[in-house]
Amino acid sequence: MSNLVAARFQMGMSLAFHIVFAVVGIGMPVLMVLAERRWRQTGDRVHLDLAKRWARGTAILFAVGAVSGTVLSFELGLLWPGFMRFAGPIIGMPFSLEGFAFFTEAIFLGVYLHGWDKVSPRAHWVAGVIVAVSGALSGIFVVIANAWMNTPVGFDLVDGRPVNVRPLAALANPAALHQVIHMTLAAYTATGFAVAGVHAWLMLRGRRAAFHRHALTIALLVGAPAAILQPLSGHFSTGSVARHQPAKLAAMEALFETRAAAPMTIGGWPDMDARRTRFGIAVPYLLSLLAFNDPRATVQGLDAFPREDWPNVPAVHWSFQAMVACGVYLAIVSLWAAWLARKKIDPDTRRGFLWAVVLGSPLGFIAVEAGWMVTELGRQPWVIYGVLRTADAVTPMPGQLFRTGVFALIYVFLAVVVTVLLYRQILRSPMDTGEFPGRTG
Amino acid sequence: MTAATLMAGILVLALHAYVLLGGADFGGGVWDLLARGPRKAAQRALVAHAIGPVWEANHVWLILAIVLLFTCFPPAFQRLSIAMNLPLTGVLIGIVLRGSAFAFRGYGGDRDAVQRRWGRVFAIASLVTPILLGVVVGTVASGATRLEPLGLGFTAVYVTPWLTPFALAVGLFTLACFAFLAAVYLTLEAQDTELREDFRASALAAGLAVFVTAALALLLARPAAPLMRRGLLASAWAIPFQLATGAFAVTALVALWRRSYLVARFAAAAQVSLILWGWAWSQFPYILPPDLTIADAAAPAATLHLVLGTLAVGAVVLLPSLAYLFRVFKPSAGQ
Repeated sequence: MSNLVAARFQMGMSLAFHIVFAVVGIGMPVLMVLAERRWRQTGDRVHLDLAKRWARGTAILFAVGAVSGTVLSFELGLLWPGFMRFAGPIIGMPFSLEGFAFFTEAIFLGVYLHGWDKVSPRAHWVAGVIVAVSGALSGIFVVIANAWMNTPVGFDLVDGRPVNVRPLAALANPAALHQVIHMTLAAYTATGFAVAGVHAWLMLRGRRAAFHRHALTIALLVGAPAAILQPLSGHFSTGSVARHQPAKLAAMEALFETRAAAPMTIGGWPDMDARRTRFGIAVPYLLSLLAFNDPRATVQGLDAFPREDWPNVPAVHWSFQAMVACGVYLAIVSLWAAWLARKKIDPDTRRGFLWAVVLGSPLGFIAVEAGWMVTELGRQPWVIYGVLRTADAVTPMPGQLFRTGVFALIYVFLAVVVTVLLYRQILRSPMDTGEFPGRTG
Repeated sequence: MTAATLMAGILVLALHAYVLLGGADFGGGVWDLLARGPRKAAQRALVAHAIGPVWEANHVWLILAIVLLFTCFPPAFQRLSIAMNLPLTGVLIGIVLRGSAFAFRGYGGDRDAVQRRWGRVFAIASLVTPILLGVVVGTVASGATRLEPLGLGFTAVYVTPWLTPFALAVGLFTLACFAFLAAVYLTLEAQDTELREDFRASALAAGLAVFVTAALALLLARPAAPLMRRGLLASAWAIPFQLATGAFAVTALVALWRRSYLVARFAAAAQVSLILWGWAWSQFPYILPPDLTIADAAAPAATLHLVLGTLAVGAVVLLPSLAYLFRVFKPSAGQ
């Protein structure tokens, strides 16, 4: 494995690990404050219990997220010194803003987790709201920086160096809006369904229905609207990618030939030697329609780009397919949930629905991971699209494979521990311990 | 003053906050490791109680410093990332293990074995990380971050520059400072007298360690970090600076001896602050001695001005929030 591949693997691994915790940091505070608010409104202690349980889980995940995020901010330089030298002055602005948002998040999460008896009920709830808002803002600022890597603007390139740097223009780069919307919705979808799935599973196992039904309701309240909106946001993203990152779109769709009235290929094996995609199901006109809102529009294929500028087509294509499949599934389950809610049907009486939610539990996170594979692998071989090649930004330091191995061990270890701890938290459901006092109004 | 110099000052300010707050959290881990005697468990519980609500917020100062470094002084960040790759990687591993283990201990159940295991990881990571941070600072001060020609081989480029007696002495000095700050703060956190006496003794011991390691570092600085040594000992402001630092150091120890803990905390924090600013001042106008100046490393003016604006707006949100956090969890601060 070359140094470049090892460094890329390491960066990808750090991102894939951290994104889980970042997403939880955006989604979980919303669940906590909704539960706490219901408790304050109804006096039903079930909701207080829920808020406290979710807060315990969030505390573990936030700590790991904070430190794994620190690793990433250093790794930008430790692995890609050439990239940061180039990009720092241009996209440092959103990172600075993220610094403040993260500061606020950490401060008020401290108040929220440790301040149940130290601040007034109202102040406690407001602290939770601030955590939720600043958590979302943190994510938004980092995504804006990433979007700039896809659509770099806000500087002039002279002799390979950026001059006339305009950080505000970089902030408002063309990919920023669609990436921010897509990722924020994804965070709420993934967290909402992950939590909903756990509680649906416990309901199916005959655990205390009232408790888990309330939990399920709140989790779906966060996850389902986002999941229903996500396909629209995906369509918006497709249009932007088609205009600004055509090579990425061609790889996503495994479209080798530039053509009008392009079909969308579902599944399929991109045959890199034959330069065509085998065994896929082609839906006529759909790609042109989705990309340009015109069934006859011309879509650029990979043949429009030199071979050395292609990303890894099968990886991007399959990641994209996986993301879309997960997203569609979750949108359908969300519509089902909306229909049940409208008809006022108790989900406890619909085992099929509960199983569907259980099945959807990991899919939001799988979609997040796959989606990041699409955007990151799809940008290759560039670290800054069209400007700086990843190979030219990598550290000169040899031995990256060893470093990658060390961090892989750490991440696996942390993942196992976090999983075990969360599993224990979940198992400590109220009916197991008898600590649950019921409604006290 | 130029925007770049102002920004470099703010960068030191962020490091300053990190040392006084985050540094003390690491120091707390050291006292967890060294907890002993009949009140071992109570000592550990006090440390956990003291850093629990605040360590994540305190940790963000480091992230802010890094972000300011790569945004406003990208060549310096690039050079540090390459030349200091190994110690910085060690710092990262330490940060990850310290933070995770602390959370795992807090939420991992009450079984003694589990508590001990995570406590051990937390404490050892708290011990190693400050040493490595200090090694990085020492290497910067000694001007050894200038990248060697890559052809010299791995060790010459990536190991030898920081594996020096001086850098290691600065590492130990950093550890002693963090442990000292933590012990002094903990005398104010402790609610019962015996526990307070424990940390008073620890603080006195750590205060002596600060003296010893500082002397060692200064001794080794003669050959290793002439620029800093000259700045600290021979320049016009050196004598008043040394006198002030020494006065605060003595005040801290005397106050501890006389059990005036508020005075001790103020003096200890002032002492460590002066040392940090003394280092920064001694290497001015270089961000990475001996050749990279603040002006040469600075990002374009457009970036500096925007980041300064961002910092001003951010401070309006941040400072009241921090004040609130500390008022809720550190009420003794107002006494």
